[in-house]
Amino acid sequence: MNVEFKNINKHFGPVHANVDINLCINSGSIYGILGENGAGKSTLMKVLSGFMQPDSGEILLDGKVVTIDSPADAINYGIGMLHQDPLDFPPMRLIENFIVGQKGGLVPSYKNTIKQFQELQKKFGFSLDPDAYVDTLTVGERQQLEILRLLWMGANALILDEPTTGISSLQKEKLFAALRILANQGKTIIFVSHKLEDVEALCSKVAILRKGILVGELAAPFNSDKLVEMMFGKIISLGERYNLSQEKIVLALNDLYIEQYPLRIENVNFQLRAGEVIGLAGMEGSGQDILLRACVGLIRPISGKVIVKDIDLSNKTYHTYMDNGVSFLPASRLEEGLVPGLNLAEHFTIAGDEKKGLFIDKEYFKEKAEKMIEEYHIIGRPDLNVESLSGGNQQRAALSLLKDSLSIILLEHPTRGLDIESAIYMWGKLKERCQQGTSIFFISGDLEEILQYSDRILVFFSGRVSPPLEASTTTLDQLGQLIGGKGWDQVFDIKEKS
Amino acid sequence: MGNDIILFGLAGVIASGAPIVIAVIGETITERAGVINLSLNGVILLSAMAGFWVAVESDSLFLGFLAGMIVGALVATIVAFSSITLKQSQVAVGFILAITCRDLAYFLGNPIMGAQGPIMLSTSIPFLRDIPILGRLFFQQSLMTYISIIMIVVAWFWIFKTRPGLMLQGIGEKPAAAYVRGANVHKMRYLYTIVGGALVGLAGPLYTLSVKPGWKGTITGLDGIGWIVLAITIFGGWNPVRAAFGAYLFAFLQWLGLVLQPYMTSIPSQVLQVAPFPLMILTLLFVNMGNTEWMDRLIASLPDKLRVRVSKLIRSMQSRQPGGLGIPFDRQ
Amino acid sequence: MNKTRTRSSSVLFQLGGLVFSLLFVSLILILVKSQPLEAFRLIWEGATGNATRISSVFVVWVPLVLVTCGLLATFTAGLWNIGIEGQITVGAIFTTGAIRLFLGSSLSPVLVIIISILVGMIGGAVWAALAGVLKTFGGVNEIFGGLGLNFIATALNIGLIFGAWSRPGVASMSGTEPFPEQFWLPTFQDFRVSLWSIAFAIIGLVIIYFLLQGTHFGLRLKAVGKGMKSAFRMGIPTWQHMMLSFIICGLFAGLAGALQVTAVYHRLIPAISSGYGFMGLMIAMLINYQAIWLAPIALFFAALNIGGIQLPIVLKLDSSLTGVLQGSLVLFVMISQGIKQKFLGKK
Repeated sequence: MNVEFKNINKHFGPVHANVDINLCINSGSIYGILGENGAGKSTLMKVLSGFMQPDSGEILLDGKVVTIDSPADAINYGIGMLHQDPLDFPPMRLIENFIVGQKGGLVPSYKNTIKQFQELQKKFGFSLDPDAYVDTLTVGERQQLEILRLLWMGANALILDEPTTGISSLQKEKLFAALRILANQGKTIIFVSHKLEDVEALCSKVAILRKGILVGELAAPFNSDKLVEMMFGKIISLGERYNLSQEKIVLALNDLYIEQYPLRIENVNFQLRAGEVIGLAGMEGSGQDILLRACVGLIRPISGKVIVKDIDLSNKTYHTYMDNGVSFLPASRLEEGLVPGLNLAEHFTIAGDEKKGLFIDKEYFKEKAEKMIEEYHIIGRPDLNVESLSGGNQQRAALSLLKDSLSIILLEHPTRGLDIESAIYMWGKLKERCQQGTSIFFISGDLEEILQYSDRILVFFSGRVSPPLEASTTTLDQLGQLIGGKGWDQVFDIKEKS
Repeated sequence: MGNDIILFGLAGVIASGAPIVIAVIGETITERAGVINLSLNGVILLSAMAGFWVAVESDSLFLGFLAGMIVGALVATIVAFSSITLKQSQVAVGFILAITCRDLAYFLGNPIMGAQGPIMLSTSIPFLRDIPILGRLFFQQSLMTYISIIMIVVAWFWIFKTRPGLMLQGIGEKPAAAYVRGANVHKMRYLYTIVGGALVGLAGPLYTLSVKPGWKGTITGLDGIGWIVLAITIFGGWNPVRAAFGAYLFAFLQWLGLVLQPYMTSIPSQVLQVAPFPLMILTLLFVNMGNTEWMDRLIASLPDKLRVRVSKLIRSMQSRQPGGLGIPFDRQ
Repeated sequence: MNKTRTRSSSVLFQLGGLVFSLLFVSLILILVKSQPLEAFRLIWEGATGNATRISSVFVVWVPLVLVTCGLLATFTAGLWNIGIEGQITVGAIFTTGAIRLFLGSSLSPVLVIIISILVGMIGGAVWAALAGVLKTFGGVNEIFGGLGLNFIATALNIGLIFGAWSRPGVASMSGTEPFPEQFWLPTFQDFRVSLWSIAFAIIGLVIIYFLLQGTHFGLRLKAVGKGMKSAFRMGIPTWQHMMLSFIICGLFAGLAGALQVTAVYHRLIPAISSGYGFMGLMIAMLINYQAIWLAPIALFFAALNIGGIQLPIVLKLDSSLTGVLQGSLVLFVMISQGIKQKFLGKK
């Protein structure tokens, strides 16, 4: 089936998520859609799979204009989508999952279905147990199940959203082999990813999206440097960098072993110096968020130690970490950062260490809120509920809530949603704290931000953690390849030798 | 106490458990679709009164039961509308309806208090009734008791064996995944809430026309049954068979309370009658403990081999609620 | 400007709810071939017709206010304390037990009353804490834990009335032996209402208002209720706060139960909680969990309860009609709010 997008536009409030996308994907090919997080890949795929309707533009299947109203509609047209977070039913058995949604008589015949299922999975070399419960399967196996199900439902075009996240390399090989078989049968495979390595290994053609715009299309064989450049744009310099790290160790991770389904992070040894800034680079879901949370007691390590300023805090609670001067700023602001329904002044009241009498000194905290609103350029009022602030302002509010004297600040995407000027200002604020000896551990999807502000960088790829890289000697290109899983051996072998 | 008396009593347990069984199955179906209908206590009273009233007026048991079902379905429609369409708190709406319907039952039932109404008699099944013990227990019951037993099987079969039943599980578990598979989640949730409500509404008249005949206002003794049904639904782990077991267990304990009364004169009869309630809490505690954080931590601290065994044991005991229970569904 | 418009429109919707519930009840009255206007007039008369009736309204108002105050604490923490009925009952049981204990002692009756009321409050708090423990450590939803505890409290109460504390000779539904008069909370002149009780209610109201509006604790409680995860991240010990909110609610419920015993019935009776707990839940929902409207709405509910007493006497109607009116009022207000949010709220 040939899939064609014509002038697709989609807005979310002020964000233009898809800008006039024109794309033609031929049947029998494996087509890659590449771009960093927020580039508009998912939106485009949700439009194709019936989850969303475009604001304007049309979709053509084999040259015919179609309107896809719902995911069920999409599968009727032969379009099946494999979601990153598998949309299956974990407490049910595999074969039941397979049957749900299938049309047919009142009582499905398990015997027949299992037979058909076995025949189908044999074609791809899968070996799933139809009687197993889905929550006992690995992510890779759940994917296999979902692919089989979509094919059984009659999918001619298959969309895969970041399918290689969290699966083993063996399962990845199986997946790729299956996709190649399907392409040879004339099915259309759309492979959405931000992993260069996978795209290069699998796709015959790739479209690159950046900030909602289709930057260009390339055909195999690909030039990695070119892909990186198209994904991340031109390199712009952001002024001087300065290193404020001291000799004192404030955080030590010793042989840390953490597990958070589906990832497993082993053998992390790392020492964070006072005043130092460490950037955690990696595509979303590569394990950096897990490590960050393990450093603040939100995830218990299975083995190994987390030592904050010579105190062993492994297995201690989050609040103990807070008491020891570790502060955490999560990415999902309204779920785990700010409390929706409370206003800014109330947030400062809760977060503050001062004026802890029985009654709230409302005047004081109102003034404090006003002061911080000005200092952090928050557009809002003390009596405004946080959920009515814009995303960027929520982030600034969250930053302004941090206590004064902290040893370590852990941040997830600290400048996401901020304009460049505010981002630079924000980093100025954070660097001021570094001067006082506070260390910073931060995750960012913005590689330039990582290169610009970190002293050292840890790179994550599918749960693997690199030894620390000196930020000053690392290039954007290198980093882009590393987070895409390429060039690990060369870079780190050289490091280890030297 | 002779064997005959015990047998007679146990047959009575099957009969007096029937309305609870039906109501628990109704609520199980509703919650399987992801909706909590908390109005049960009021619905059972209101349908008991309405069913009895209609039966008195029409002298028809059938119309009485039908009236009860209509009442249950109507109240369920209000729950569905305010929680699914208006996205108001299911708990709040259900609770208000539980109270309001109870008062409405007492108010409207005032004129028919103590009235003489039709009573459903037992219909014994030829041949089967002569089987020793089993015949006495199961085959000399009223029609509705037979229906209640059949319903356990039917509901179990529907939920676990049929195509729409599998989709029902999906809707309650992960509505987004059900939606991708072509289900109209809102429509299905309405449907199952209303069907479940109708079944709960059937339980009411089953009391006033059979198990505890007549309407006696506040002393009819039905206040509280609805809350018990909700607890048994959890105990039953959203499985009709396990839920029915819970219902019979409850009926059995109540009967035991009556039987033991003469032997335990120091304990007031009212206390023995509520004895099943604390037991219910204990079982809920047992069933839920596996979901708590400290239990997780405790299990995590055990050595590997023991850990696997303990967590398996706890997993088999605990009941896992449908993943989407009580959570409104939004496309996208 | 914008704010006043939304506020006035929400008042409009609340009034709409009131009108609908009155219409609904009228419909029911017509259904039973009764005169709606006559019934409403009778309820009004029954509540305000003479000084005795007005004083009776306040007898009901006191426990309603206290119970709802307590519930505001649990609702603020995002908890559905449906076990409130049991907490009232246990409060009453503890108070009765304390008075019985000191009945023959040489302590002054005033001291005995004070101690008994305190003991009652503790009883309510213990019962509430039990629901909290079941929730935090047992994973039992507070609704089901609370309901179960309600049943147990009722059983305990009845067991005592018919068993250990039964009247000499006869155990009956009329309750335990009344206390000697010196252990009664003094009433206002010849009326049923005690000024002390009213004072307790007002003090309770003031305390809960300031606790929730003005203190750090109240704010933290609110944060826990609005977003437990975020509150935890901001450093608030969440389960401890939930537990405390249960205990606060239990103290209020226990006080209500204690006053039912010392100021109203002067003994323990089977239906000592009189359904005030559930009524309090409805009031809390109706006032949208804000203390500011608590007193007048509770007064309205109390007036309906007292006014309803006239229904069976004059019109041969069951007094539960007022319960229907209260319930449908809350329901219609909630539905009209939902409609407002759905169809007007998006802009």
